[in-house]
Amino acid sequence: MSLRSNVLDLRKRKKEVQKGGGDKAIEKQAKMGKLTARERILALLDKNSFHEYDLFVSHAAKDFGMEGKTLHGDGVIIGTGTIYNKPVCIFAQDFTVAGGSLGLMHARKITKIMDHALKMRVPLIGINDSGGARIQEGVNSLAGYGEIFFRNTLASGVIPQISVILGPCAGGAVYSPALTDFVFVVENISKMFITGPSVIKSVLGEEISMEELGGAKVHSEVTGNAHFYAKTELECFDQIKSLISYIPRNNSKKALAHEPKAPLKGPSAEDIVPVDPRIPYDMRDILKSITDGSEFLEVMEDFAPNIIIGFGRMEGETVGFVANQPMVLAGVLDCDSSDKAARFIRYCDAFNIPIVTMEDLPGYLPGADQEHAGVIRHGAKILYAYSEATVAKITVILRKAYGGGYIAMNSRHLRADFVFAWPTAEIAVMGPEGAANIVFRKEIAEAENPEEMRQQKIQEYKEKFANPYVAAAQGYIDEVIEPSQTRARILHALQVSENKSVFLPNKKHGIPPF
Amino acid sequence: MAEEKELKNLIIQGAVYKTTFTKKFENRVNYETPNENMLYSFIPGTIIDIYVKTREKVKEGETLLLLEAMKMQNQVRMPFDGEIVKIHVKKDEVIPNRHLMIEIKKSK
Repeated sequence: MSLRSNVLDLRKRKKEVQKGGGDKAIEKQAKMGKLTARERILALLDKNSFHEYDLFVSHAAKDFGMEGKTLHGDGVIIGTGTIYNKPVCIFAQDFTVAGGSLGLMHARKITKIMDHALKMRVPLIGINDSGGARIQEGVNSLAGYGEIFFRNTLASGVIPQISVILGPCAGGAVYSPALTDFVFVVENISKMFITGPSVIKSVLGEEISMEELGGAKVHSEVTGNAHFYAKTELECFDQIKSLISYIPRNNSKKALAHEPKAPLKGPSAEDIVPVDPRIPYDMRDILKSITDGSEFLEVMEDFAPNIIIGFGRMEGETVGFVANQPMVLAGVLDCDSSDKAARFIRYCDAFNIPIVTMEDLPGYLPGADQEHAGVIRHGAKILYAYSEATVAKITVILRKAYGGGYIAMNSRHLRADFVFAWPTAEIAVMGPEGAANIVFRKEIAEAENPEEMRQQKIQEYKEKFANPYVAAAQGYIDEVIEPSQTRARILHALQVSENKSVFLPNKKHGIPPF
Repeated sequence: MAEEKELKNLIIQGAVYKTTFTKKFENRVNYETPNENMLYSFIPGTIIDIYVKTREKVKEGETLLLLEAMKMQNQVRMPFDGEIVKIHVKKDEVIPNRHLMIEIKKSK
């Protein structure tokens, strides 16, 4: 027998296993509008870059008739490859093999590639498409999930972890994505929940469809579990590649610099922002007026849109932006927006991405629902995240910066490195209307015409305090700048901050309010 | 998304801001002080039995009705000494969550 026959035998074996659950199951997968696990990996990674491991792993289950069953690859594909020529580790659950259910060996394959990613300090991408725990394997499948969650936590803040939900991801399985940095979902395909519609119906009598309970839209708009929403799997892969281009491979590196580009010609900052702080504008127009090529990758676009988070580049370098959005709820901070921004700030800090904060907010959202939902606890997250972040922190105050909102949005007091203010900035405990009502309560009440007096006092307060110069006199802001100078000032601040070095008290870890 | 929406007024500390609302904000539930004389269901379920009648005087802690949910028979008890004003449910009725079951009042 020659070596040749061994090679042919290997090829035959590979071909057999690479078919996953077989033609019928693959056809079913396609009918659901889904690509197969293998097609997904090939579509996402650079051409011909994928290398698979543990192809021949098989399960060792003996109960419930499992001993006679062959499950190709045990329902998951793992391997390494490249995106934009940079290495990544990847796993993709194969729904065509026993519904992508997670058994002992399935989990071992996933944890193997996770260990690899952490050791090699490269990003980990997980494609989830699984019916959940393989019940026949009992406690071993639970152990498998636990091992995955543990590694997600260890790897957090060391390597980027990306979860792609391309099918069901239910019960305990949802906690791996929840522990990772970015979750991608696709319309009609992604389903995430702890307990499904049938259990909810039997226990509570509530009828709800899978899509309404845990579909892509719900997680993008309502729960905040998802960070990127796409209409198709291919669009989703483009989003992942775009994100990968903005972030560093691990926490000891900086994101790769790109060719510097000027922002596109468009309306100037002065044209976008109305002088009256009560009139809205789209903050994204301002962000695009200062980023390279006017490109901005927004994260969690549809969740708590009163705050904007995302990545852009300035002179080729990645910057994380946090910005109030006056167009939605006047840009207030509330439970959801605090939660959203705080986690993003921590992400940027963990991965050496400087943070630019664009501020224009009237404060916190009033309401019993907010107070009862814990706006104190959630709001504190943003203070915590900014205070402990040691990357370059630059703030630009465009218009209003009132009260607790002013402090929270990377103020000097939380150790912003540079604070710039436009001449339209109003840094005060509250807006002139509210302040006049309190400070001049007596004068207004005793006046012959209280409303006239009120307006007069509002005007008085406005002239005295609704400007950047009171805070500038205290050194709380470093420079009052012309709006058209915003990009240049941020660029210079970034340049100066290049080798920023600060020392925090030594501790095991802090206790953030989550 | 935001630009197609109609601008609305949001009042914060006396100032009226023109802005858009999110779905979540529009759907928020306004807080209402609970009325202790209205007994609502705290879970969807079935009324298994009713032990009281209208105008009946009832002591604190007495069981008014049984609400079966999640295979558990929940006793709904009188929160204070008082009287039954009106019974809004019938035996064997299936009711949703937050459904008004019984109106009561405190004895003077």
